[in-house]
Amino acid sequence: MNAEHPMAGVPAQPGVPKPDPVLVANGLQRSFGGLRAVDVDHLEIPRHTITSLIGPNGAGKTTLFNLFTGFDEADEGDWHLNGGPLAGISAYQVARKGMVRTFQLTKSLARLTVMDNMLVATKDHPGENLWGAITGGWKTTEAANRERAVELLARFGLEHMTDEFAGGLSGGQRKLLEMARALMMEPEVVMLDEPMAGVNPALTQSLLTHITGLRDDGKTVIFVEHDMDVVQEISDWVVVMAQGKIIAEGLPGDIARNRAVIDAYLGQHHGEAAS
Amino acid sequence: MDWSSVLIDGLLATIGPITAAYAVSAIGLNLQFGYAGLLNFGHVAFMLVGAYGMGIAANFGAPLWLGIIIGILAAMALGLLLGIPTLRLRADYLAITTIAAAEAIRLLVRSSWAQPLTNGVFGIQGFAGPFFALNPFPAAELYGFGDFVVTGRKLWVMIVGWTVVALMTLLIARLIHSPWGRVLKAIREDEDATTSLGKNVFAYKLQALMIGGGIAGVAGILLALEQQNVTPDAYLPKITFILYVIVILGGAGTILGPIVGAVVFQFMFFTIDALMVNAQANISWVGDLLTPAAAGQVKLVFVGIGMMLLMIYRPQGILGNREEVLIDER
Repeated sequence: MNAEHPMAGVPAQPGVPKPDPVLVANGLQRSFGGLRAVDVDHLEIPRHTITSLIGPNGAGKTTLFNLFTGFDEADEGDWHLNGGPLAGISAYQVARKGMVRTFQLTKSLARLTVMDNMLVATKDHPGENLWGAITGGWKTTEAANRERAVELLARFGLEHMTDEFAGGLSGGQRKLLEMARALMMEPEVVMLDEPMAGVNPALTQSLLTHITGLRDDGKTVIFVEHDMDVVQEISDWVVVMAQGKIIAEGLPGDIARNRAVIDAYLGQHHGEAAS
Repeated sequence: MDWSSVLIDGLLATIGPITAAYAVSAIGLNLQFGYAGLLNFGHVAFMLVGAYGMGIAANFGAPLWLGIIIGILAAMALGLLLGIPTLRLRADYLAITTIAAAEAIRLLVRSSWAQPLTNGVFGIQGFAGPFFALNPFPAAELYGFGDFVVTGRKLWVMIVGWTVVALMTLLIARLIHSPWGRVLKAIREDEDATTSLGKNVFAYKLQALMIGGGIAGVAGILLALEQQNVTPDAYLPKITFILYVIVILGGAGTILGPIVGAVVFQFMFFTIDALMVNAQANISWVGDLLTPAAAGQVKLVFVGIGMMLLMIYRPQGILGNREEVLIDER
């Protein structure tokens, strides 16, 4: 970590205010039956950083993701992107507002070509409404989008697969395609749900490089991860969840030594038998 | 055994107006099932509503052109009605709702309660006059060569029917090759992923259901004009499944699939029919084995075997892309 770390000086405590938050949540709650899956009092996500959301299985990370992106409905609470409220807004509109997500189980559009996968990811394409499709006049937008898609595919090393069906890609290539496709939306916030799950070590490195690349492009990245080593390597800030609550926040180096985090991962009574 | 008459009967039925109407209806179903992935198991209801919309409008004295527009709009409205409550839910809810609605609507129009409007089981007649008044061919004249002839009346319906097939195909080709069509295919592949890319999946599915329904309405109108009659029992659930056979046979999710499927299916169906009837009458051991009525039923056995062979050896249909079908859903 260099000296001018973007998050240096922010106190490591749950719900701490950040200098320039892009996403702010208040009193966010979601229960499934008797289980309170998400119960977040206050959370701020700093702009232009990589924030990782970690926690043991069942901590509510993916549920929180689903709430933020409109894929699930909160019981209570509000959350804002750049000050604009997102509560009650449907998932497709959240994506149009600049917060685009990926999925834990990669969702490539299998029987579309890689290029078509990329071209679907566009906002305000005149050819995507019925009238525009029939009357035409969408070729200019299409050409511009195609140009951007070619650039992005090259950046993610998929240019040789352009005309293949996405279903024919390897697991790792699909992860890359999903990330490239999310970028076609020109998002401000990219939310990656366990991008490293089931990926071999070599590809993990390549994915990490791409994720830091996103931040360097001025995007805010939020990603869910189990693996502490991966988190250490690239995060600017770490938020730890357990049983639906945020139990710790801080710089990656500090989080690994945080007592509450260790307890959450390993159970509260670890080590006691030995003493 | 009279082979030439078997072939001629089969071919004449294949190029006939019924095939054209089935092709049109299959084009609508292909948009819903082949491109948008919607399981509409009540497609025949859209044909019924289109035909009845026209017939009832005619009963109220509307001119034929207005009746046709009313029929198409009514079929699209049925799509709206069935789509709004079901399209936000999982795919199987649409399937259940449409299959039930199709039978409910058919039973409703044939009930005595609806008789003042629909004339119950007897159906509506006497609306097709203006359509045949436009026929430039003398109705009783024979056109063709040798035994391969159709009447002027039939020729007129055929020309109109196949023209509609061509127009609908052009419409679908334009839609599918546009970004709108690409979104539809994306929805077929994965609704969540498409939503995450900023698409209002519900609106697209509703549009596909309504447009496909409107096209089925056109098919129902064609059938009604051909038969000069709108009766409830022409719209049995089996029509929906014949249309699925046609779409899958031709290649679901291909532009020309529904046409190829309709032609091949009708050719198989009518040729086997003609063959069985002919064999029953002319070959003594077949005649001993089967009554004339049973000979007609055996054709369904052969059609079924044909479909099974197709699914085993060519699951993508005649025009489909094999590579596309073999992609597993990972």
